[in-house]
Amino acid sequence: MTDTRSTAKAEVPDTPAGRSRRPRGRPLLYTSYTQDMALLDTRAKKIWTGLLVLLALSLSVVLADRSLEVLAGAYVLAIGAIGLNIVTGYAGQVSLGHAFFVAIGAYTAAAVSGPRGGEHLGLGLAEIWIWLPAAGLVAALFGVLVAPLATRLRGLYLAVVTLGLVFLGEHVFKEWDHLTGGPGVGREAAVPQLFGLPLDQDGFATKEQQLYVLMLVLLIVFAVAARNLARSRIGRAFSAIRDRDIAAAVIGVPLTRYKVLAFGISSFYAGCAGGLFYSISGYVEPGSFSLLLSVQFIAMVLIGGVATVSGAIAGALFISLLQPITRSLPELLPIVSADTTVTPNVFQVETVLYGLLIILFLVFEPRGLFGIWIRVRTYWKSWPFSY
Amino acid sequence: MIGVLESVIRGLGNGSVYALLALGFVIIYKATRVISFAQPALMLAGAVAVSYLTEVTGFYLAVLLAALLIAGVALGIERVAIRPMVGRPVFVVAIITLGVDVVVRVVVNGFIGRDVRQMGDPWGLHQVALGPLVVQQRWLAMLAVTAVLVTLLFLFFRHTRYGLAMRAAAFDQETALAQGVSVGAVFALSWALAGFLAAIAGMFVGTGQGVEQLTWIVALKALPAIIVGGLDSLGGAVAGGLTIGVVESLFQSYQGEFAPWLGQNFAVVTPYVVMLVVLLVRPYGLFGTREVERV
Repeated sequence: MTDTRSTAKAEVPDTPAGRSRRPRGRPLLYTSYTQDMALLDTRAKKIWTGLLVLLALSLSVVLADRSLEVLAGAYVLAIGAIGLNIVTGYAGQVSLGHAFFVAIGAYTAAAVSGPRGGEHLGLGLAEIWIWLPAAGLVAALFGVLVAPLATRLRGLYLAVVTLGLVFLGEHVFKEWDHLTGGPGVGREAAVPQLFGLPLDQDGFATKEQQLYVLMLVLLIVFAVAARNLARSRIGRAFSAIRDRDIAAAVIGVPLTRYKVLAFGISSFYAGCAGGLFYSISGYVEPGSFSLLLSVQFIAMVLIGGVATVSGAIAGALFISLLQPITRSLPELLPIVSADTTVTPNVFQVETVLYGLLIILFLVFEPRGLFGIWIRVRTYWKSWPFSY
Repeated sequence: MIGVLESVIRGLGNGSVYALLALGFVIIYKATRVISFAQPALMLAGAVAVSYLTEVTGFYLAVLLAALLIAGVALGIERVAIRPMVGRPVFVVAIITLGVDVVVRVVVNGFIGRDVRQMGDPWGLHQVALGPLVVQQRWLAMLAVTAVLVTLLFLFFRHTRYGLAMRAAAFDQETALAQGVSVGAVFALSWALAGFLAAIAGMFVGTGQGVEQLTWIVALKALPAIIVGGLDSLGGAVAGGLTIGVVESLFQSYQGEFAPWLGQNFAVVTPYVVMLVVLLVRPYGLFGTREVERV
């Protein structure tokens, strides 16, 4: 493949970048560097991505409001999962502290958008284009503050330190009740208001439809940005650090700078996800940012596919849709109860499923849902041969 | 001053429980290079097993049986979930143990139910006078049992064939394999030992206040303990555990008086603060081996 490409380049040396056409019927023949680096490098990918986006948009009209709300939440979690994938998947720095950054984003957003002089801390700036970047930036700031520790530590030491971060954060959020409302009480979350139009009330469409479209558009923006980052110089530096950090340092990648950058960007994503996620339900409670949330994000990344954006989205959708499915279990399986006091109840089934799915995917398909897709694709591409 | 000493003894008692858990973490880490996040679930399972067995066999036999039972459970986990992953990246295996932890804990929670289960231990919340100091009996019991177990463990590593095999495998797996050490057996033995220690620790956590669903959080305090001591140092695990216990106990007693602005229950998170401070100074813990970077 590479040989073909280099000869093609040699034959047509002055092909203008990006304009070069691909021969018909040879979708995998790249005739220029820009083609090779394109975000959607084959026609099939262009068509299918376009169709998927159209399908997702049309769902806002087709589906019931309840399902739209679940999907909107799933899209926001996907933003958070992409963020974790940047630091853990691309840059290889294991972080169990994602819940901490999500919490910072959620409370920054709530404090910026909350009513001034109310019961809780609030600045009264309800516009989404103010509180969303603010949530991301404050979380990114904390990410950058944590990163110097991360640059000194490797592997499992780092995992345990980020785990400690979750516990410290949980303590602060439970104690600082002027900001968070205190454990068990909580406060109102950020209000999604776009140019004076409150999206959390029925306007020209229902509340759920508006939120669904908002989250979908934001997910597309964040996902494209992450894809773009991954193929850039920064993304290549991240992969080099993940694969072997000493080798990366030897070939001239400044480790500290890129590790700090990875934590900053990842925390930015987490912060934005935190701000957005709780604006759907309109309510934040400090107990929700526990280790379990971090584990859920890790499950999304691992089940979806490490170091792939589409995998992170698939994983987030998978985990979020697991919940409504397990909630409907009691009707199908009478052994499982919806009552939390009885032993096989839906919450237990759900938690066990998280654990089992992580184990099964890691043992049998370490590349996750994305890996399954690759297998299916390769099977049909090389059919009737098995290789 | 007497108050401080009493607080320190309470800290040493709790700290020795952290030390037992930390030893389990370190033994598994040394053998397999993986931090097993399944320790909290094993600890909880141990406590619950004691609380059930104690009604049948009496307390002391129950502790022994429960510890052996949990060692067996740990063996099973190692065989089913960990052994197939030999040679995979350590992060992957660590996340698998996290999954195991979640699953085992849900099962154990089913046995706990909503109420608090009692251990049936002879110590309860009884106090005893040590000269001018008045301390709870259970702190002394924890300290004494841990001292015995740690001594036995060190004797085991130094003077038995299996201890030698474990040290060899921890030093260099391939060379150990070439010398006839069954590395698989070492993995299994390390998990069994960790399970055994976790069950004893769980029993001690349950003395006095009993065991409930949220008790597993206690086991996570052993993580800062191993990081403070150094991931691959058995002595470091004991030192780290005791340090964490004493610091936590002192904060519990005096933080409300001297630093109320830190908020209620700040003592619960002090282990993590200690860990961060130690790591800023020594990235490989107090007694950990510095990783040599070679190209």
